[in-house]
Amino acid sequence: MSLNKILCAVTAFLFTSLLGGAAALANGIFYAEPEQLGFMEPATQVMRDIISFHNGLLYMCVGVTLFVMILMGYIFIKFNAKANPTPTTTTHHTGLEIAWTTLPIIILLVIAIPSFKLLYLEDVIPESDLTVKAIGNQWYWTYEYPDNGDFSFDAIMLNEEEGKDAKLPRLLGTDNHIVVPVNKTVRMIITATDVIHAWAMPAFGVKIDAIPGKLNETWFKAEREGIYYGQCSELCGKDHGFMPIMVEVVSQEKYEAWIKMAREEYAQIKTDNLTQVASMLPAQK
Amino acid sequence: MSSYGHGIPTGWRRWVFSTNHKDIGTMYLIFAIFAGIVGGAFSGLMRGELMEPGIHFLTMFTNGDVSAAKHFYNVLLTGHGLIMVFFMVMPALIGGFGNWFVPLMIGAPDMAFPRMNNISFWLLPAAIGLLILSTMFEGATYPGAGIGWTAYAPLATSGQPGPAVDLAIFSLHLAGASSIMGAINFICTIFNMRAPGMTLHKMPLFVWSVLVTVFLLLLSLPVLAGAITMLLTDRNFGTHFFDAAGGGDPVLYQHLFWFFGHPEVYILILPGFGLVSHIISTFSRKPIFGYLGMAYAMVAIGVVGFVVWAHHMFSVGMDVDTKAYFTAATMVIAVPTGIKIFSWLATMWGGSITFETPMLFALGMIFLFTIGGVTGVVLANAGVDTSMHDTYYVVAHFHYTMSMGALFSMFAGWYYWIGKISGKQYPQLVSKIHFWLTFVGVNVIFFPQHFLGLAGMPRRIPDYPDAYAHWNYVSSVGYMITGVGTLFFLVGAIMTLRSKTLVGDNQWGEGATTLEWTLSSPPPFHQFNELPRIK
Repeated sequence: MSLNKILCAVTAFLFTSLLGGAAALANGIFYAEPEQLGFMEPATQVMRDIISFHNGLLYMCVGVTLFVMILMGYIFIKFNAKANPTPTTTTHHTGLEIAWTTLPIIILLVIAIPSFKLLYLEDVIPESDLTVKAIGNQWYWTYEYPDNGDFSFDAIMLNEEEGKDAKLPRLLGTDNHIVVPVNKTVRMIITATDVIHAWAMPAFGVKIDAIPGKLNETWFKAEREGIYYGQCSELCGKDHGFMPIMVEVVSQEKYEAWIKMAREEYAQIKTDNLTQVASMLPAQK
Repeated sequence: MSSYGHGIPTGWRRWVFSTNHKDIGTMYLIFAIFAGIVGGAFSGLMRGELMEPGIHFLTMFTNGDVSAAKHFYNVLLTGHGLIMVFFMVMPALIGGFGNWFVPLMIGAPDMAFPRMNNISFWLLPAAIGLLILSTMFEGATYPGAGIGWTAYAPLATSGQPGPAVDLAIFSLHLAGASSIMGAINFICTIFNMRAPGMTLHKMPLFVWSVLVTVFLLLLSLPVLAGAITMLLTDRNFGTHFFDAAGGGDPVLYQHLFWFFGHPEVYILILPGFGLVSHIISTFSRKPIFGYLGMAYAMVAIGVVGFVVWAHHMFSVGMDVDTKAYFTAATMVIAVPTGIKIFSWLATMWGGSITFETPMLFALGMIFLFTIGGVTGVVLANAGVDTSMHDTYYVVAHFHYTMSMGALFSMFAGWYYWIGKISGKQYPQLVSKIHFWLTFVGVNVIFFPQHFLGLAGMPRRIPDYPDAYAHWNYVSSVGYMITGVGTLFFLVGAIMTLRSKTLVGDNQWGEGATTLEWTLSSPPPFHQFNELPRIK
């Protein structure tokens, strides 16, 4: 029976989500795994909180679905035309109607309290240790390190062969990527130059739109070293699926070494005001 | 009857110049089936591309040009969304079943404005024509508008400068005008043409559902029309409504769009709610449980539906308090929706249920809509939505409510009323095979998409990281099962029309109590020359 199949899938879904997502892939790369059912392995407190809140919601989902399913099953057996040839004429039951109105309200209130807690935890940005600016373009990301020498670079997806050479997963590896220190609060400032993009990093519990003419901010504090991936999450044209986001979380020492290298390697941003304004304008066609 | 000067027109005049609500309803239904096949084919091409990692399916249509195939994918997802919303679900539920059965159920001879009814319908072929035309004109380098059904600025303004997007916008203008006229027509019909004795509180629930739906249409569509007109002037006449460089705001477009867009999703499902109520009641041979609660639950869904729009925009960088409000308001909708689900169950409780095909689809709708409903409660929480927004979890959620909720109620309505519409019996076995294949198929398509979404797969991408290959493959297999199911629907529809087995006035017996079952099958060209009296 297909009902049975759904039940199995729901149970599988429940268990794997509760048991946590995937482990690290080879060489410290964190992403989804084949056949994964739940979230990716979290790398921040925020993402752990999202997962645990979601798991709570999942109990509600499965509970409500099973309740409806069991009721329907019971009704099919008990009140089919063979088992019950003469129907009743009940059309009202005030107590019952009050119950099925108030009970969902209570369930929703129980959900709302942790939901708001989580929301404010995510959205209120704590004191940050460094700022990274991400700028969405069709179809790549530009990153700036304003408080670390103001250098800037583009991160463009590697094609299939380049990705194989660099041993990075297909569609996720980029030529350059941002490097941040572990256990430090990073403030992300996000905008775009042409159309709306979205900067998403599933393992960090971060996703925010990059909108031309608008500065959005978010934050994360990664707790584990490794390479993390995300993808543009707002339809932005032909290569929407091909502007991945790659973040490398390293120790403080490695981070400082990288900053030193990056200052020399990547072009200094001109602090000329005009250029900055121009970078905010949509590209002229 | 022709002595009243109401002779039945013949030939093409009967259809093209039609002012008869039943003929217009029939044309709406045929149009919706045609549009559904096109929209379904679009999704088939998308699932074909997504079946395996890499881009090597859509390139068959672009002479091997990968870049063109990527744009083609965006054109397909835009077309799929627009066609299914504006040219399939709305014409079928409101234009088709609404036109056919609202006058019959309230004991009216026809709609209030029969000629406006005609133009409401005939604008639709023109509208879909413009949409099809848009696929042949340049969007951005390649043909077609690849902007998503949401058409967010600036992707839909400076992002795709070619005429394709203008044509798509015109198409929406026409479809919108058609729906606004339809809405006015239904409101006037329901308020003024009920048979003597039929108070609002005695009105069948399907009529209630259409009444709420058309109010939503009337209040929300002008906002969409305004928003897309602003897109049009931004594109062609140098305005900067949505252009930050000129002092505009791209997020304003999203607010306008979703102020329409959220009521729109209730527009798609509410008539289905009404229909399912009748079917559940008919096949349980019991009157509906908690009639007033059911009616006012729909009114509540309609009202609250207008104040939750920004839950589609949790990631645009809204103030945290605003997000908290939209989280709370959105969760409130679960309450009236719960009332409906439980009232349906209570209607069946103590009933004497037979499992005819319409009942199977209605039961399938209740169960699958419950799943879509609970994932909706998950998504309502702005905190969790950070992880879900723009992933396949959202795709799974709204297809459980739309592609299962709305579509299953449409099929339920089809099998429930095709005997009344055509006077003929649908084939039992073929229709049951249709149900089971569709039920299994849609679950195989959409249930795994929850997994993909949780694992972080973004929507609207033609190729995905290899980790997502497994469930995408399963999902595409589900599409094939559903596709075969749809063939059974089409075969069943043809078999019905060619069938020699006639059904009587009331095919379903004592459970079917609304006025359409007092008429012959099919009903006379003009019914209720003497108005029925409701006690």
